[in-house]
Amino acid sequence: MDYQAGFFYFFSAVLLFAALRVVTARNPVHAVLYLMLAFSQAAAVWLILKAEFLGLTLVLVYLGAVMVLFLFVVMMLDIRIDSVRQGFWQHVPLALALGGLVAAELTALLWTGFSNLAPTAVAPVAGAAAKSNTHALGILLYTEYLYPIQAAAVILLVAMVAAIALTLRHRKDSKAINPSLQVHVRAKDRLVVVNMPASVKPASTVAASSEGVAK
Amino acid sequence: MSLTLGHFLGLGAILFAISVTGIFLNRKNLIVLLMAIELMLLAVNMNFVAFSHYLGDMHGQVFVFFILTVAAAESAIGLAILVLLFRNKSSINVDEMNQLKG
Repeated sequence: MDYQAGFFYFFSAVLLFAALRVVTARNPVHAVLYLMLAFSQAAAVWLILKAEFLGLTLVLVYLGAVMVLFLFVVMMLDIRIDSVRQGFWQHVPLALALGGLVAAELTALLWTGFSNLAPTAVAPVAGAAAKSNTHALGILLYTEYLYPIQAAAVILLVAMVAAIALTLRHRKDSKAINPSLQVHVRAKDRLVVVNMPASVKPASTVAASSEGVAK
Repeated sequence: MSLTLGHFLGLGAILFAISVTGIFLNRKNLIVLLMAIELMLLAVNMNFVAFSHYLGDMHGQVFVFFILTVAAAESAIGLAILVLLFRNKSSINVDEMNQLKG
């Protein structure tokens, strides 16, 4: 057993333990922290597979941005743990049965299906010595996958706009002014000159009022 | 005993099974459901990277790149919807989200 296999088993053990704790942790904050541990171990496993760029992207983008977003949201919400944990233990037999079934099926299928492939294909990625993983991935992304990467960029933009639009809240007690309305204001909207006919008071009342003033 | 493709595929399979178990265990907790989906996507990505390495084909890693993009968008919108639901119902219990009468 070479040292690479040793590292693989170590990282896999920590990854599986962290994943197990994600789904069983009582406190959601702990679950998010275990999820971060799981992703970091997965990044290490990807480094063993010589996918350096993706491993580093997983650490930077996933641990640095997406998991922190999760952490923010979990800490913002005031979750009553007892109500969401209700019925947790009564689902355990069904969950274990289904999980075991999925694991057994997938492992049996994949292990037997690709056992003939494993010995021959240990050869390194073609041209790995000539150019780095990042270089090879970049060439592929910006030539063959140019339109898909632009579609992915649009998806990210739509996601950003959707997330902001969903959570934007207009406060009713705010006294903020609307700059657009201010710029578009016209003089005739502000000041309206009403054309009224001049009214002449009767002479008797005019005289009475003038007497009152004189007194 | 050196590492074979089967090792990595087995790891992905067990990871996927753990997240399936998690979805059944936390049927009421929406945020743990989202985290279990993230773990499932990680397991799928693990298979892509393993095949990409052992078949000597870079296209698998490009696919992982796109899956990461879509997963980030999905979790951002999912968390936004979660915040919105919590603001309206003060709870993230899945059982109480029946306003659409689906």
